[in-house]
Amino acid sequence: MIKRVVAIMSARNLEFLRDRSTLGWNIFLPVLLVLGLGFIFSGDGRPMYKVGVLQDAAEINTEAHPFLTTRYVQFFSATDQADAVRKVGRHKIDMLIQLQPSTRYWVNPDSPKGYILERLLLQTDPTIERAEVSGEAVRYVDWLLPGILGMNMMFSCLFGVGYVVVRYRKNGFLKRLNATPLRPIEFIVAQVLSRLILIMAVTVFVYAGTQYFIDFRMQGSLLTLFLVALIGSVSLISLGLLVAARVSSEELAGGILNMLTWPMMLVSGVWFSLEGTHPIIQQLAKIFPLTLILESARAVMLDGATLAQIMPQLGTLLLMSGIFLLIGATAFSWQND
Amino acid sequence: MKRYPDVTAVNGVSFSVRRGSCFGLLGPNGAGKTTTVEIMEGIVKPSGGEILYKGKAIDHSFRDEVGIQFQSTALQDHLSVFETLRMFRNLYDHGADLDDVIRMCSLEKILKQDNRKLSGGQRQRLLLGLALVNDPEVLFLDEPTTGLDPQARRNFWELVEQIRGQNKTIILTTHYMEEAYRLCDEIAIMDHGKIIAQGSPKTLLKEHFEDVVLELPREDVSSGLEGFPFPVLERGDCIEIFTPDVNQAVAQLVQRNISLNRMQVRPRNLEDLFLELTGKELRT
Repeated sequence: MIKRVVAIMSARNLEFLRDRSTLGWNIFLPVLLVLGLGFIFSGDGRPMYKVGVLQDAAEINTEAHPFLTTRYVQFFSATDQADAVRKVGRHKIDMLIQLQPSTRYWVNPDSPKGYILERLLLQTDPTIERAEVSGEAVRYVDWLLPGILGMNMMFSCLFGVGYVVVRYRKNGFLKRLNATPLRPIEFIVAQVLSRLILIMAVTVFVYAGTQYFIDFRMQGSLLTLFLVALIGSVSLISLGLLVAARVSSEELAGGILNMLTWPMMLVSGVWFSLEGTHPIIQQLAKIFPLTLILESARAVMLDGATLAQIMPQLGTLLLMSGIFLLIGATAFSWQND
Repeated sequence: MKRYPDVTAVNGVSFSVRRGSCFGLLGPNGAGKTTTVEIMEGIVKPSGGEILYKGKAIDHSFRDEVGIQFQSTALQDHLSVFETLRMFRNLYDHGADLDDVIRMCSLEKILKQDNRKLSGGQRQRLLLGLALVNDPEVLFLDEPTTGLDPQARRNFWELVEQIRGQNKTIILTTHYMEEAYRLCDEIAIMDHGKIIAQGSPKTLLKEHFEDVVLELPREDVSSGLEGFPFPVLERGDCIEIFTPDVNQAVAQLVQRNISLNRMQVRPRNLEDLFLELTGKELRT
């Protein structure tokens, strides 16, 4: 079995590595995105600002302070001050204000949006007290980097595996493999390993390359982060294989993969935090592997979380991988239905 | 039997193949040849009936003992001929020495060539090589020479003859009667998913024909052949006369002042047999 898995995996690796355009795209896109978004635009471009208001009431009373009537700013209730201040430091919230007993605010000095909000706030209330964000505040680019790396992993795993398997099925290569003693599980394991090696190599390369250009924040263990990327990649590859288990049309596969990747792009926290969004959306986001990957990666990189602290996320990712692979291998079809 | 929702591709087909022989399935496109061999290969699940190999129903281990060349197979891009052969060889626990396969299929000069840059003939030789990497007892070749030029086709036939010389069982589908006549010990002619004749090519021709064919260019038969004493068929630019008595037929033609300068006499072939059995041309 191992010999067959290695044979298929090695052939797929060669195919990928010699396809220069695909390889280049996989490496340079995330670097360009990090550089471009982190520096050129200095922000995530959303018109919406998020301001946490330290008060118990779920509804924000706009009469309590003139700043609360500012348009294009989303005000939401925050009850745990320490947690909210930490989120300001992590760019999850652009600003935090307290109205009772005294008026003061917290802003991340490295946040471009925090800066604009601060200017707006001081226009309405020049006397409001500024409080410091405790601990080291992170730059937007520190917060963004795990999102970009995760997004690149997601596209590479889902489209890289899903599309390739569908293409193999459509052009009859899978049918030819079916004429050999190769079993579906061997083929699937080979695809997982092949893509895993490639995506981990690319991710490590991009991480190192980006570190060279940007001295970004890394509070936790590199080994733990590597484990997050490894388990995260397995879950995404397994999802890609599940999509590709039976489909023989590239158009259909593309549609399904888009249907999976776009929600993850939007609600998994690649570009912006879900703080302040409707609780249903926050819960919904947790069904996506990318959400769990980014939560774990940011916890390790920004807050120095240990392996034990991110075990719930990693455990869920492993469970998801097992389910995806099991269904994928059971439903696998060598040829067009 | 193989039934799809809208069509029955194969129905009531039953035959046995002698070990070490070359068995040909002959028929036009859509006759059911490929479906039949893919059922035999275990690739397509039949709607009814069974396939026995060495007296037992085929199972997964059957894949170790057979080599298959499909009608069309895509190979991985960016891989060389050698890398492709090595990958397929590693899918089997036991098999042939790759050097032997390379030599037999004349792949020495293209080993480093990218799969995407192979000519039709080179590609078919590689696909044959892939079917031989496990040193199979049974070799399935599904229309292996379709699309090849005449020279490449003849080269391929020589290869198949060499393989047949190694006492391997070959099951071949083709719509080239010359291919079937040259390579096969026994053929089954298929049409509309059924076998309509079966036997050795020579025996089948002998059973069905006692005449020969006189071929004349159409332009040489300007006066027409109304009332000719033997059957006459217009086929393309050619007039064919089927006669058991060449002397009498020639005398008739001379009597009608038809030039015999370009006349050819040929024996009956499998194409004629198919026409005789079905009333239609083989390559339709």
